Amino acid sequence: MEFFLGHMNYWLFIVLMMTGLYIVVARGNLVKKIVGLNVFQVSVFMLYISIGKVTGGTAPIFPTDLQGHIEIDPDIVYSNPLPHVLILTAIVVGIATTSLGLALVVRIREEYGSIEEQDILDIDAAAAREENRQHGDAMGGRA
Amino acid sequence: MIETLINIALFAMLVFTALAIVRMDRLFAVVMLSGVFSLLSAMLFVTLDAVDVAFTEAAVGAGISTVLMLGTIALTARREKAPSHSSAVPLVVCVVTGAVLVYGTLDMPNFGDAKAPANLHVAPDYLHDSIEEIDVPNVVTSILASYRGYDTLGETAVVFTAGIGVLLILSGLRRRRRYLDEDEDT
Repeated sequence: MEFFLGHMNYWLFIVLMMTGLYIVVARGNLVKKIVGLNVFQVSVFMLYISIGKVTGGTAPIFPTDLQGHIEIDPDIVYSNPLPHVLILTAIVVGIATTSLGLALVVRIREEYGSIEEQDILDIDAAAAREENRQHGDAMGGRA
Repeated sequence: MIETLINIALFAMLVFTALAIVRMDRLFAVVMLSGVFSLLSAMLFVTLDAVDVAFTEAAVGAGISTVLMLGTIALTARREKAPSHSSAVPLVVCVVTGAVLVYGTLDMPNFGDAKAPANLHVAPDYLHDSIEEIDVPNVVTSILASYRGYDTLGETAVVFTAGIGVLLILSGLRRRRRYLDEDEDT
């Protein structure tokens, strides 16, 4: 029972991660794929943060008195601040990749007139067939 | 105990939001739900003692990325087409991946364990020494800006690169549009 309660958090985050992965793999719309990627990413963040949590702990900020002088109380337990820092960096990097992905979506829509994966594949296949046919004609039907 | 209940309630809301994102085909609703997802996860971060992360997630995840996605759907399409291929294979892939990940968590330390390896290496040193060495009440700030300042510098480089990438991809969008319009007029 203790094992179950102690690991339930991780499993819950894995369920969320897999929902995000499902959106990325199963849905054809490119904007929705990026939303799914964000869901996946936030679940990974939650997994990391939950690793740094200490039972009975509090946020790693030291209390100060009215003059702003820091008082150290050895009885207070603090959660691990290191995962927080790593995830802060990861959130900002995540928004950078998201914006790059969205810019690519806008560019794809400009070029193909669609942001559905299947439409884009069909257009590419048609273009490849057309090119093959032209090369074949240029070789006199021998290629 | 109350904390576990809050965690489970927040998690239930997160799962419902994620499932609604899967089912919804209007992109505006999908983008709004992704903002809701970010805000709910920010609340979960607060219960996990990560107040700085919650703050950043609420500002960046729910704010900036929602705005960027709204801009994208304004430039592209409002609706998603129904998927043409079946969704059985992705479902199997996700279930198998999830099962492997769950197997991977089996030998992890319990949630909230103060003796977990992740909480024993440098974190106690940071908590113990940062007052003398940095003298900032918020330990997250002193790690971010001082102990791991190079990480933050690298992050800035990544954001800069991404910004240049977005500008290069989108530059000339309006110019090409005007060009195409003139083509159609003549």
